[in-house]
Amino acid sequence: MSARSSVSLQDRILDKFTSSDALVSVVVVILGFLVGTILVAVVGRDPGGMYSAITQVLTGWDLRRGVWNARYIGEWLVVSMPLILCGLSMAFAARTGLFNIGAEGQYIVGLTAAQFVALYGPPIPVLHWVLAVLAALLAGAVWGGIVGILKAKYSVSEVVATIMLNYVAFFSSRFLTMLIPGANTYRTPNFPTTALLDSPFLQGLTNGSRLNDGLWLTLLSVLFFWVVIGRTRLGFSLRATGLNKEAARYAGINVNSGITTAMAISGAFAALAGAIVALGAFTYGRVLGGQDGYGFNGIAVALVGNSTAWGTALSGLLFGMLTSAQPLMQSRQIPKEITSIIMGLVVVFISLRGGVRMLLEWRMKELARKGRVSE
Amino acid sequence: MPVNAIEMIDITKIFPGVVANDRVRFEVLDGEIHALLGENGAGKSTLMSILFGLYESDSGTIKIRGKEVRIRSPNDATNLKIGMVHQHFKLVHNFTVTENIILGLEPRKGSGNVDLAGAEKRVAELSARYGLAVDPRDKIENITVGMQQRVEILKILYRDADILIFDEPTAVLTPQEIDELLEILRRLRSEGKTIVLITHKLREIKEVADRCTVLRRGKYIGTVQVANATESELAEMMVGRTVSFRIDKKPCQPGELVLKIDNLTVIGSKGVPSVRGLSLDVRAGEVVGVAGVDGNGQSELIAAIAGLLPVKSGTIYLKDKNVTSSKIRDRIQAGIGLVPEDRHKHGLVLDFRLDENLILKSFRKSPYSNRWGFLDFDATARHAEDLIAQFDIRAGSGPATPAKSMSGGNQQKAVIAREIDLSPDLLVVAQPTRGLDVGAIEYIHRRIIEERDKGRAVLLVSFELDEILNLCDRIAAVSKGSVVGVLTAEEADERKIGAMMAGVGAQRAGEQNNEEGGAHVR
Repeated sequence: MSARSSVSLQDRILDKFTSSDALVSVVVVILGFLVGTILVAVVGRDPGGMYSAITQVLTGWDLRRGVWNARYIGEWLVVSMPLILCGLSMAFAARTGLFNIGAEGQYIVGLTAAQFVALYGPPIPVLHWVLAVLAALLAGAVWGGIVGILKAKYSVSEVVATIMLNYVAFFSSRFLTMLIPGANTYRTPNFPTTALLDSPFLQGLTNGSRLNDGLWLTLLSVLFFWVVIGRTRLGFSLRATGLNKEAARYAGINVNSGITTAMAISGAFAALAGAIVALGAFTYGRVLGGQDGYGFNGIAVALVGNSTAWGTALSGLLFGMLTSAQPLMQSRQIPKEITSIIMGLVVVFISLRGGVRMLLEWRMKELARKGRVSE
Repeated sequence: MPVNAIEMIDITKIFPGVVANDRVRFEVLDGEIHALLGENGAGKSTLMSILFGLYESDSGTIKIRGKEVRIRSPNDATNLKIGMVHQHFKLVHNFTVTENIILGLEPRKGSGNVDLAGAEKRVAELSARYGLAVDPRDKIENITVGMQQRVEILKILYRDADILIFDEPTAVLTPQEIDELLEILRRLRSEGKTIVLITHKLREIKEVADRCTVLRRGKYIGTVQVANATESELAEMMVGRTVSFRIDKKPCQPGELVLKIDNLTVIGSKGVPSVRGLSLDVRAGEVVGVAGVDGNGQSELIAAIAGLLPVKSGTIYLKDKNVTSSKIRDRIQAGIGLVPEDRHKHGLVLDFRLDENLILKSFRKSPYSNRWGFLDFDATARHAEDLIAQFDIRAGSGPATPAKSMSGGNQQKAVIAREIDLSPDLLVVAQPTRGLDVGAIEYIHRRIIEERDKGRAVLLVSFELDEILNLCDRIAAVSKGSVVGVLTAEEADERKIGAMMAGVGAQRAGEQNNEEGGAHVR
């Protein structure tokens, strides 16, 4: 009797685990941390240090010294914002059945457009940064939209197109930015302060962190994603396209224009990330020396977030937390690479979701056999 | 006492969530034609796949000629002299008949070269011996589907098989070709071969089989002597209750012209015209059937009517409107409803909920979304509840049921519900009952006639001649992309339509029917 009920409990857990993607993500993250913890212990360091670093990022409390400093929370959010936005970029395309690995390029295009408007736009408070952000959104939408048109009209694989455009974006950005008078090989002159996203209010809350008005833009973006995908006609047609392109076409949905729209919106998300980094974290334009990597991390963020709005937001916060915990871990003699390992493990475990499903199927088969025998 | 050629005892095969075979028994005598009868999903194909080594059973034993064997792969089966003619042929199209037959088993000459001449001779011998009339040197791409099937038969005969499994062999054939195939089966039997015939067509069983084993929902129901059983008894065993295949319908009252197709040509996926100069009319209040063997332009015709494929030449009128080059969405709005051939690929978004699928074509309209572009979930769910009640769709969690968790019959009901609910003037229905159980088939047939009686024009495309004859008021036989002839329900019978499907015009088909009438009295 007890054996039997434990079997059914186990099955219920298994069933829940595989039927709810959100739960899978949570379990997978826990699993990632578990393995990470073991690794830290194996190399002879105190895993407690890892968790105290994470606690400090999340709450601002330094457990070792008993000091509270909200700046850590602010920095965590600053790092998370572009990750969330690039995750949304990836996720929005994924919901339409597209694999947008061009978030990096779209991010660069947005960053570059924002920098130009920051340097040359009218230095009027608020209007200046609003224009810079709008320019970034437009640039990203065009950059993504090109891929959409190529795909819709000429069946060019979006994977190839986006990855190529990443390079075009990177080197064009360097080239164009270096043309700016007064720019050297790594930076331009300072932006006028009217172009910055600085928020004295948020800085005050977080003890002078770099947290800026990009926070509101990010929050708006998550809301926008959630509303558009889930509760609008556009979202309905995009989801139908993503899940079954042929059935969508049969139903009279214009698949090609959907693909272009989705890629444009997807590009705009990533470009917004670029604008927020350019105008929020820096006071001058950068001549990019390498890719910032937010775009590529966005793929993992969306994957763990199941390409949903809030899932991606949470998973962006997780990845942001791990990234900003790195220096704190180092100061506790924990190798900072452990955070990258945990991120990698989480992605690997997410990919194993199919394996868990197989396990479930095997279990059902066993049960069917048992049920038949006991009949 | 005759030996059992095949003995399958207590075979059980479980797929995730489904018991496909549940302690099934299957015994075939040496030298008989044994039919394996069951509805779609009854487990026939699974059982035969186990015998042919494509699957391994979870439990049970198999004996071939009294000896217990384990068949782990088709190679094992071939070594046991078991051969299978699959529903979908496995032939290389630009190879000759002989090359296909010897593929993987090429006879060598002393020099090491393939002995093609020798092989051709053997193929010709085999073909003559069993009356197959296959030319060993023909290329596959140049011969008919019926001939290709014979090549498949030769392929297994060449491998010395003496147990031959046929998986729904008549599904792809015209009625004439079916007769010829049945003749071949008798010939094979008289040459001492043992034959298993997987089918759900009762008439074929009555005509050719000695005994028949019936499966239902994975379970063994029984084995009968075909001579002692009537078709309706077999049907009852298959379905588990009495069924009537005839549908009662009032005489049709054709109204105004709804669909007029004039000299339509459509380029198919291979770049050549699949529909060639086809003309067809459908009036309000009648069901017009398109009868033909698969691959004679039916899919392209449907696609052209729905706007999924561009029209090369010709015109399509819906009532008075020329819709030849209208967009898909405009045609839907103009009143064309389509139940596509493949409900999974084209009819439904399986990962959507039922209610979402039911508004797939109407989500842009009030009340499902407002003018700001926002969806109304309540209206969508209410709409789904309406259709669930109206069309008797069985869905575990109501409107929220994921489409993929529903049974085939209910998925098809959902598609039909959606299309009828759009109140189209023209309902194009393609293969509406493929893969469904008898209950769902009966329901869908009744519903199609109901829509006819409400004054809709219905265009039915089906490869099942029974279905066409049962439902249609007029029947257009197509061959190679053109209409060969149109018959009314009264003048149509299987033989005439069969001849027309094979490409013979209506008039000649009539003559042929008269000539051959005597020869085919059974």
